Amino acid sequence: MNTCSHYDVAIIGAGMSGLAAGIRLAHFGKKVCIFERHNAVGGLNGFYSLSGRKFDVGLHAMTNFVRPGVKGTPLTKLLRQLRIAREEFALCEQKQSRVAFGPRGETSLRFTNDFAVLEGEVAQAFPAQIDGFRRLVAVVKTFDDVGLDAQPVSARLMVRGHISDPLLEDMLFCPLMYYGSATEHDMEFGQFVIMFKALFLEGFARPFDGVRVILRVLLAKYRAAGGERRMKCGVKAIVADAGRAQALLLDDGSTITADHVISSIGAPETEDLITPPARVAPPSVPGRLSFVETITVLNQQPARWGWGDDTIVFFNDSPRLEYACPVGAVDARSGVICLPNNFDFGPVQTLPEGIVRVTCLANNDRWASLAEAAYRDEKARWFAAVQASARRFLPPLPDQAAYERAVLTTDMFTPRTITRYTGHFGGAIYGAPVKHRQGRTALANVYLCGTDQGFLGIVGAMLSGISMANYHVLKST
Amino acid sequence: MTKDECKQVVLDIIADIAPDEDLSNVKPDVRLRDQLQLDSMDFLDIVMELRKRHAIEVPEAEYPKLASLDSCADYLTPKFNALPPKS
Repeated sequence: MNTCSHYDVAIIGAGMSGLAAGIRLAHFGKKVCIFERHNAVGGLNGFYSLSGRKFDVGLHAMTNFVRPGVKGTPLTKLLRQLRIAREEFALCEQKQSRVAFGPRGETSLRFTNDFAVLEGEVAQAFPAQIDGFRRLVAVVKTFDDVGLDAQPVSARLMVRGHISDPLLEDMLFCPLMYYGSATEHDMEFGQFVIMFKALFLEGFARPFDGVRVILRVLLAKYRAAGGERRMKCGVKAIVADAGRAQALLLDDGSTITADHVISSIGAPETEDLITPPARVAPPSVPGRLSFVETITVLNQQPARWGWGDDTIVFFNDSPRLEYACPVGAVDARSGVICLPNNFDFGPVQTLPEGIVRVTCLANNDRWASLAEAAYRDEKARWFAAVQASARRFLPPLPDQAAYERAVLTTDMFTPRTITRYTGHFGGAIYGAPVKHRQGRTALANVYLCGTDQGFLGIVGAMLSGISMANYHVLKST
Repeated sequence: MTKDECKQVVLDIIADIAPDEDLSNVKPDVRLRDQLQLDSMDFLDIVMELRKRHAIEVPEAEYPKLASLDSCADYLTPKFNALPPKS
């Protein structure tokens, strides 16, 4: 039982960013404790068990993959900072991914962990745009995307300076938005650059056993460094006085104190805990972008249905991409298909079952207020609609009835699930649209890390925790 | 502690921070940054590992003195030798 009531640093939330911050701080001798409301770690990137199966949440693929020997990228920085050997993650690369646009995916751009593939696809499908595309890539490569005090610039405007075909523009934005954007229609250019590098210039990989491998490594490091954690014990309030956090009131009614507090739960969510409320002008606005995800487990590998090539497919059937909170409960016109079986796990390993995941934009308000029976009906209805939409972008099934018979089980999460398990207001997976690069809050000794600090993806999340621990705690002591 | 021993202390730290770097041919008179891929995060870690392992403090204004192995040895050896004996 952890009974100590004073810490050098208290961390709110045991997601990727909180764990990474904790490892840094504990490694350098800080007395640190992570407070997590749930009984599982991982936050937005966790996993759950349902009738004996483990399902990943969040993670389709770990972005930012680079091969051994490539240095100076986010993945290598994070491995060094957390003293993790790359073998510990045992990452397996994607086979290929695609961006598919048009009613049946007529325009398609393939990409792999070799950037030349995407460049070649752009040159072939958009010959008039390739010079502009190369100029854009040059800008992306030299942009300082991790500076903590960059001014926000519209990515749409920056991209249009180089690319004049709206179809190509939308096809480039589609994966970057779906994998991390908290803003509708546009992105901040710094965020665009982070995502462009993470997805296109670097790439996708995952451990054979999924996100739990990464979490296991982080937890082991944290424990070995002497970090404490308290599970099923969230922070109910940050008691403030004289512009500083004086104490944390916990869910179990007890109180602890800490010199520094690092919160990974989001900007508006953190402001909401401050008691009495700090006068923040203007207060942070929660994000509007939420998602549903359907999961189908099959007793066959996807290759059996001719779906053995694609790891991830980003799809859109409309002339323009509408990355925004939908009017209806779900917008099935665009989304992301993930086939976890199609990572290159090598000659010996094969995931025991086929898995098909499909993610689409959803409207939180439409889901939040439903009574239980209506909620179940809506889930069933949209599950079918999402499948039907996504299937247009995969090779046609040779035998629809055989596919249906191969389904072992299905599951679906909605904005409601996200709110319940992550605490993000409005089921906003990627947090609030306005990010806080320096992690500052209304209180001098409370800092943000994770989604609302603004480094994206799971590698970004971990780097966010590392950066904030370095910047606010380790460098100043 | 001799200057050579001091260089070894720094190399041991770099080996732990950056296990993906080849340290077999580090030239003592060349800036570490010019022969190894080390960024500001890595240099911060060298400073913090010096504090953690050896109780040596390097104020931020003096980080430039850690530029090469030779300059590290010139700067750090007197600090090591001034440490109180371990009891």
